[in-house]
Amino acid sequence: MDDVALAAGGGGGMSGDVAVLGAGMHPWGKWGRGFVEYGTVAARAALADAGVDWRDVTSVVGADTVRGGYPGYVAGATFAKALGWQGARVASVYAACASGAQAIATARAQLLAGLADVVLVVGADAAPKGFFRPAGGDRPDDPDWLRFRVLGATNPTYFALYARRRMAVHGDTLEDFAHVKVKNAALGALNPHARYRKPVTADEVAASAVVADPLRLLDICATSDGAAALVLSTLEFARRHGASTPVRIRAVSTVTPTYPNTVLDLPDIATDSSAAVPPADRTFRESVAHAAYEEAGIGPDDLSVAEVYDLSTALELQWYEDLGLCGEGEGAKLLREGTTAPGGRIPVNTSGGLASFGEAVPAQAIAQVCELTWQLRGTAGTRQIEGARVGITANQGLFGHGSSVVAVR
Amino acid sequence: MSRVRTPVVARWFDGEGDGFRLLGTRCASCAAVFFPREDGFCRNPGCAGGELVEVALSRRGRVWSYTDGRYRPPAPYVSDPELPWEPYTLIAVELAAERMVVLGQAAPGVTVADLEVGMEVEVVPGVLDEDPGEPSTTWTTWHWRPVGVGA
Repeated sequence: MDDVALAAGGGGGMSGDVAVLGAGMHPWGKWGRGFVEYGTVAARAALADAGVDWRDVTSVVGADTVRGGYPGYVAGATFAKALGWQGARVASVYAACASGAQAIATARAQLLAGLADVVLVVGADAAPKGFFRPAGGDRPDDPDWLRFRVLGATNPTYFALYARRRMAVHGDTLEDFAHVKVKNAALGALNPHARYRKPVTADEVAASAVVADPLRLLDICATSDGAAALVLSTLEFARRHGASTPVRIRAVSTVTPTYPNTVLDLPDIATDSSAAVPPADRTFRESVAHAAYEEAGIGPDDLSVAEVYDLSTALELQWYEDLGLCGEGEGAKLLREGTTAPGGRIPVNTSGGLASFGEAVPAQAIAQVCELTWQLRGTAGTRQIEGARVGITANQGLFGHGSSVVAVR
Repeated sequence: MSRVRTPVVARWFDGEGDGFRLLGTRCASCAAVFFPREDGFCRNPGCAGGELVEVALSRRGRVWSYTDGRYRPPAPYVSDPELPWEPYTLIAVELAAERMVVLGQAAPGVTVADLEVGMEVEVVPGVLDEDPGEPSTTWTTWHWRPVGVGA
């Protein structure tokens, strides 16, 4: 059984695994209601899926949204109140798009330290319409404020810089980018939680408006309302609870970059200089995945499925390379060969990805783990990947937050 | 009516014409260069920390990548909502001596069709926006312009 080899590789003899007892979501969309409602729906779904009474949960961790101020800043307690105060330990974390992974990491640390035996993790957002924008006021000490004030550099312009660079250096084409959207839209059409549930053709991508050359509207993820939740527990609690072979989280990577960070990252106006210190062997994104692999004791060849942060179609191809699914510059080739589609060696974004969901920032990294959970349980319905045993998520938050989770069964 | 010309961010650039330069800082101890400037502490984790001295960045570099903004960005970017949106071009420029990439808007009139990755560009003074308030202010910035293209 693959499990034996996996277990031998991870944790140095002591199991660092935690169990995923339950997963739940509120469907992504534009619903016009508050994030607390979305998060509560997802939390209740995850608790029901786990068969755990909320009153037995000993800790709740919320992934924060920063828009709208209070109560967004204090998501953990906000969800605990909405579910009914029951005295659980609480934590709230913010790491931009990586908030969800940090919430999972916090829950895992509490479980492994014996501070809690069953933890509810929730992330939810009600996203504004249009471009994400920095908080108001005159704040020249905030890099996020500065890039808008000085450059008008929206998030899609950064995605477009990466995309153009790939076209020039690796020969990626607009057709390759459209192909990513077509693949992910076909999967999203099968996912009841997705916001966009219609197949998309390459012609439709090509006919959509250019937002930031060379990327078009259908190359770029939308901003959505949505929520995701997980019920995590110690393996001991899972056994007592009757879950003898639960999906287990084996690694959570939350690394920061290593100086000098040589890839232009949001919201920066410049990279670090490599004049005094040569760059590390791995780029930041590569190091995010590497840390997850090291902690889990696995490599890219062990993966059955992957959920990556496809803020743009081109960025999904970049993640293929950063996850080590192929060599540098070979992402488009991997896609063209069908390796990352259902039926291929390593299907990517079986959920439909951000292409089908849109970004609900604090929920996204948790939603990725929900998808892994359903795939590894074999309950992903018509988008099920046969025999999925090991999955990885990858994501990156503004300001240098890495995020990657390895789950196994 | 005279306008006050004010840099959009103080001490990020200086000079006129061919003497215009982006200004960063260099650590006197490890020689690490920073833009935007660091005036407090050297960010090289292997450096005990030295005095940060102002340094002019290379005037020329090569296009690392480029794009444009086809839709009006939100505030704090300043644009007149009464006027049709005019896309602006963004260029990420690799500076060889500093071994870093610096973003900037392209000089007016430069579009993505004029650019290629690897093309040589130079930094030139530019205007970001004009505030008609009292006193009226011209907010200045830096622009990247392909070498050999006139102002």
